[in-house]
Amino acid sequence: MATLIKNATIAADNWQRFDPGADGSLPDIPMLGDILVPLALWQATAGGLLARSAGRLGVWLDGDDDPVQIADSLEAFSLIAVNFPLFTDGRGYSIARLLRERYGWKGELRAIGDIQRDQLFYLSRCGFDAFLLNDGQDAPQGDLLRGAQAALAAFSDFTEAYQTSVERPLPLFRRRPALDVAEQS
Amino acid sequence: MYLYDAVDQKLVDERVAQFRDQTRRFLAGTLSEDNFRPVRLQNGLYIQRFAPMLRVAIPYGLLAARQLRALAYIARKWDRGYGHFSTRQNIQFNWPKLEDVPDILAHLATVQMHAIQTSGNCVRNTTTDHFAGIAPDELVDPLVWCELIRQWSTFHPEFAYLPRKFKIAVSGAENDRAAVQVHDIGLQAVRNASGETGFRVLVGGGLGRTPVIGAAICEFLPWPHLLSYLDAILRVYNRFGRRDNKYKARIKILVKELTPEVFRAQVDAEWVHLKDGPATLTAEEVTRVTGRFTRPQYQALDALSVPYTQALANDRGFANWARRNAHAHQVPGYAAVTLSLKKTGVPPGDATAEQMDAVADLAERYSFGELRVSHEQNLILADVRQSDLHALWQAAKALGLATPNIGLITNIIACPGGDFCSLANAKSIPVAEAIQRRFDDLDYQHDIGELDLNISGCMNSCGHHHVGHIGILGVDKQGAEFYQISIGGAQGNEAALGKVLGPSVSQEEVPDFIEKLIKTYLQRRDSEAERFIDVVRRIGIEPFREQVYGNADQKRDHRSRQLAAV
Repeated sequence: MATLIKNATIAADNWQRFDPGADGSLPDIPMLGDILVPLALWQATAGGLLARSAGRLGVWLDGDDDPVQIADSLEAFSLIAVNFPLFTDGRGYSIARLLRERYGWKGELRAIGDIQRDQLFYLSRCGFDAFLLNDGQDAPQGDLLRGAQAALAAFSDFTEAYQTSVERPLPLFRRRPALDVAEQS
Repeated sequence: MYLYDAVDQKLVDERVAQFRDQTRRFLAGTLSEDNFRPVRLQNGLYIQRFAPMLRVAIPYGLLAARQLRALAYIARKWDRGYGHFSTRQNIQFNWPKLEDVPDILAHLATVQMHAIQTSGNCVRNTTTDHFAGIAPDELVDPLVWCELIRQWSTFHPEFAYLPRKFKIAVSGAENDRAAVQVHDIGLQAVRNASGETGFRVLVGGGLGRTPVIGAAICEFLPWPHLLSYLDAILRVYNRFGRRDNKYKARIKILVKELTPEVFRAQVDAEWVHLKDGPATLTAEEVTRVTGRFTRPQYQALDALSVPYTQALANDRGFANWARRNAHAHQVPGYAAVTLSLKKTGVPPGDATAEQMDAVADLAERYSFGELRVSHEQNLILADVRQSDLHALWQAAKALGLATPNIGLITNIIACPGGDFCSLANAKSIPVAEAIQRRFDDLDYQHDIGELDLNISGCMNSCGHHHVGHIGILGVDKQGAEFYQISIGGAQGNEAALGKVLGPSVSQEEVPDFIEKLIKTYLQRRDSEAERFIDVVRRIGIEPFREQVYGNADQKRDHRSRQLAAV
């Protein structure tokens, strides 16, 4: 199991992720449980997904998906995830900011795919609050937990930042007067 | 010189700690090579032909004497006693040990320096005019804007994993010395009719394997919007730039595929949401950053110093040097001076630790303790009293830094090439040296006049061969090193990409080939005032081609001889 970090602590993951088939075919809609479905499935069968008798609904976007596609239906979801096919593929950072800053998503925003410790800081600044670490499924569970525990330190790699971000909407230069007062007092 | 405040310093210190931990995990085997690579690149660390190469950032080329001494110390302690100043105003060390790099970065941090984002697919060090703040043709001092961009780009959380590297250049003068037309983003600072500062924004320029001149997508961007507009451009690029092929991943390909008009429309559509948001710059912030720059306390001097004019009249060697290596200044009685790192027999841009220490001394004695690195890979003392020039010249001469060749054929721009770089197809340094030896006679050089000769060891074009009046590109031909020669390129306002003359030539043939080009130029120029590039523009490349290759039959013979030799 990949380890889930949520709100900077290790958490249990009850969500079941569904992917399109290699040929692009869509998975069947499971009737039970908390399910995380690809955008295409949501677009094809929103009604069916909403009519399920039990379990929460989440949707995941890939790097080339446009978040505007779900901007009008955010209330349908309990979770939005963004997939990073490779950790070096940075499109998800922009998608996260758009979801948070432009479309107003307030719920859990989870980074999935190739998620590594050394990207957690920037990911969290762009609005992710949950991270499914790609920490190798073969390692013993104890090692994974220790690795994930150590990874939590990444959230405090830096104590300040110059730019605007989801985490701190005001850039440093707009926060400086308050900082300077705090430093002097 | 921009002086860090407590936050600037803390961020750099925290970066050292972060990288120390990453290096520790890599060496312990808990961070894989694949996962370590991007983070080490974003700290300037490449794995090269012989050893790691560390590229240290010199933001917009500005250096304090104490910083140059720190670089000398690093060269001595962790390298082999020298460093290489690059065409992007940075310095590279070719022999550090991986496990020493955290200590090197920690040492840099003590003098407000770092290697942040000097490599990797992120926003790189912003470059500018090496005469920023002192050039007589300057409309807007670009330094404060460069520092604002440095802060905005440092650890920008959204743009650390772009499709490819991203370079921004800023110019504020009438004559562009920052190559804004061949950068991912080129910012030309201007003033509008009411005197307000703004930027003409060019995107999608670049060299590399697909050289392109940038397209203007905004004619006047008022300064408060600088950062939000950059965010908009970068966001469009981050989302839609190609990631399937690294050779098509630069923003220039996206701009070309969309067309500049469509790209502009996409940026504007994004910018609508960001404009006037929190990233909008304030006058207070610009004033604050401006105030953190130390500025020289100039003396009130006459426009022309009498001892200086006397020395010019009495000392021909000095006059030759001053003509090429001293430059006009905004302030009466002052000059900027180029210390040439292009002495024949020394790899272009290389400086020894001893030279660095000595230049730091000169900067303190003659130029308010500051200096600049130019994209032509020379060092510049920007604020020297004219009356000190003769003494400075003598000191520079003793250090081997007074080659009077700025703007001339031997002021060659060259990448480290196949001697060091694992990407190179061919060597650059021995070719540069062979050409410098061929044209060593100073009178001959001066007679040839202004000429930019640039050498790149491969298509990545670190030696800017596309924009050399003469450009030389190392190519691999069935495993042998050959050189493709182009003419007609230019940097600056008249930026143009050179045209390839014909089949590539072997290393031994290069000096003869260049000399034939020069002879053709000298025969064809209408006066000494007509430069090589002017003649190429006037008569085209055909007469040059005929002269160097002869007619079509000779060309074929040449080719078959070459292939036979391979």
